Amino acid sequence: MIRAPAFLSGLGRFYIGLVLAFLYLPLVIMAAMSFNVSPFYQLPFEGTTEWYVALAQNDGLIDATINSLEIAVLTTIIATALGTAASLALFRYDFAGKRILQALLFPPIAIPWLISGTAMLIFFFGTGIGRGLHAILLGHVALALPYVIIVVSARLATFSKDLEDAAASLGATGWQTTRKVTLPCIAPGIVAGGLFAFAVSFDQFVVSYFLATPGQTTLPVEIYAAIRKGFTPEINAVSTIIIVFSMSLMLVVSRFFRFGGDQ
Amino acid sequence: MAAGAIPSNDTDRKETTPMAASGAMKQNGLRKALPLLLPAYAWLTLAIFLPLSAMVYFSLLTSMSPSEQSSSLTLANYATFFSDPLYATLLLRSLKLGLLVTLICVLIGFPAAYVLAKIFKGRAREAIFLLVILPFWSNSLVRVFSWSMVLREGGILDTALNAILPFHVTFDLMYSFPAVVIGLVHSYLPYMVLTCYLSLQAIDDALIEAARSLGATRFTTLRRVVAPLALPGVLAGSALIFIPVVGSFMEPRILGGRTGTLYGTVIEDQFTAVYNWPLGAALSFILLAVVLVILLVSAPVLRKAA
Repeated sequence: MIRAPAFLSGLGRFYIGLVLAFLYLPLVIMAAMSFNVSPFYQLPFEGTTEWYVALAQNDGLIDATINSLEIAVLTTIIATALGTAASLALFRYDFAGKRILQALLFPPIAIPWLISGTAMLIFFFGTGIGRGLHAILLGHVALALPYVIIVVSARLATFSKDLEDAAASLGATGWQTTRKVTLPCIAPGIVAGGLFAFAVSFDQFVVSYFLATPGQTTLPVEIYAAIRKGFTPEINAVSTIIIVFSMSLMLVVSRFFRFGGDQ
Repeated sequence: MAAGAIPSNDTDRKETTPMAASGAMKQNGLRKALPLLLPAYAWLTLAIFLPLSAMVYFSLLTSMSPSEQSSSLTLANYATFFSDPLYATLLLRSLKLGLLVTLICVLIGFPAAYVLAKIFKGRAREAIFLLVILPFWSNSLVRVFSWSMVLREGGILDTALNAILPFHVTFDLMYSFPAVVIGLVHSYLPYMVLTCYLSLQAIDDALIEAARSLGATRFTTLRRVVAPLALPGVLAGSALIFIPVVGSFMEPRILGGRTGTLYGTVIEDQFTAVYNWPLGAALSFILLAVVLVILLVSAPVLRKAA
């Protein structure tokens, strides 16, 4: 066991504190300003909830929020189903070209979203698929799929094939084995993958931005439009709600999926 | 006799040609795997691979719509990139921004990951690790926007500085290059901490102890033992940060204002303001090519490090 001298470990703790302050301070300030009376973020601070009340009457933002939630839920369902099926296939079977297929999962993550987004815009426009919520859903599922497959595969790596063989030797059909043995064992991975998919979709801005139309838009796109028109405290209010919502969501994910912590 | 010969023949074949047997198994594997794989890859084809191909085709068109009579194939859009120095300048600017942001993330993120992996233990480590990567999964647009409240004149930093200092200073970083850098570092720092942490955590403490007991100073141990072993994490994090930063357009728009014109914002303009999609497609494809070349060049280094 190496023990760093007390002053070094104290310095380390102080440093982590600084990094956390850098990461969280702007968010805390934004949240505070969403409760401040002055629309120009003037101090001294005077508490109010009027921006949240205004938010409740902003139909554009509310519609966009509903769209975002619907797309995120659909993305979660589709990406989790397709991703889990693909992970099972990659886990169970060996075949020529498997590595190439696995490598082909990465373009949605590795290519800048600006390029994926504009490419989708061109293709959907050119083929008549068009823009709008259905196009956004098409894009979001593709972006979320690799995350689901990575997370579910990580869980499958801890699952023993012997269990499937045992079930099969006891007379279970392939589907029975999958439903009664494999899926329950990897359930935490599937839940975590699904929540990742939800977060990817709910936070996605760039791809949605290129595929949205004026009537069919998502919350981040609507916020971007509002920011470019000019800052208003309503944006702070809705942003604060989003931040609290997504962070709570990821806290739930962390119950199912350890982000590289001690095993 | 024949009935007896067949099974023995069969076992013979299995024993003598294991390659053929495993080849047959592999073929069989693909046949079984296909129904499960097909939906996912069909979706990726429709939403990623076909669009990318369409983008290449579009970048070679003279006008917006491929159905128009006047439209024909041309290299003019690529020629525009090379004839107008503006595009190369902006691409260079975006690449420099990517390097700068990546470098700052390494300088801030690596020590943080080190402290996390080697000083904190148990539940405290888990909790702080979660705190560091939590913002990453919240909305990046909103996080960038939150800096506008800190950096603007009359913002928090301005107010705080003037409250402390005896003389008046005007602090307004909003709509400047540093503001863009700060926003991007804030957005992508958790990636670096995550990847560095994963590789630092895998280093056996005994190695560090051994180096120290053999007389290496703390700094030598860090330089000769820890740093080389942690390199894969640093490189993975750098790739994950560099690529999206080069293509960033939202952060420069919100925090950079008029000074935030970059390669990404020019591409955005072609699609949302100027409506010159073929040029936009060509510019996007050039960016993709540059990113791929950088990845391919660094791939051997990455593989060696891993």
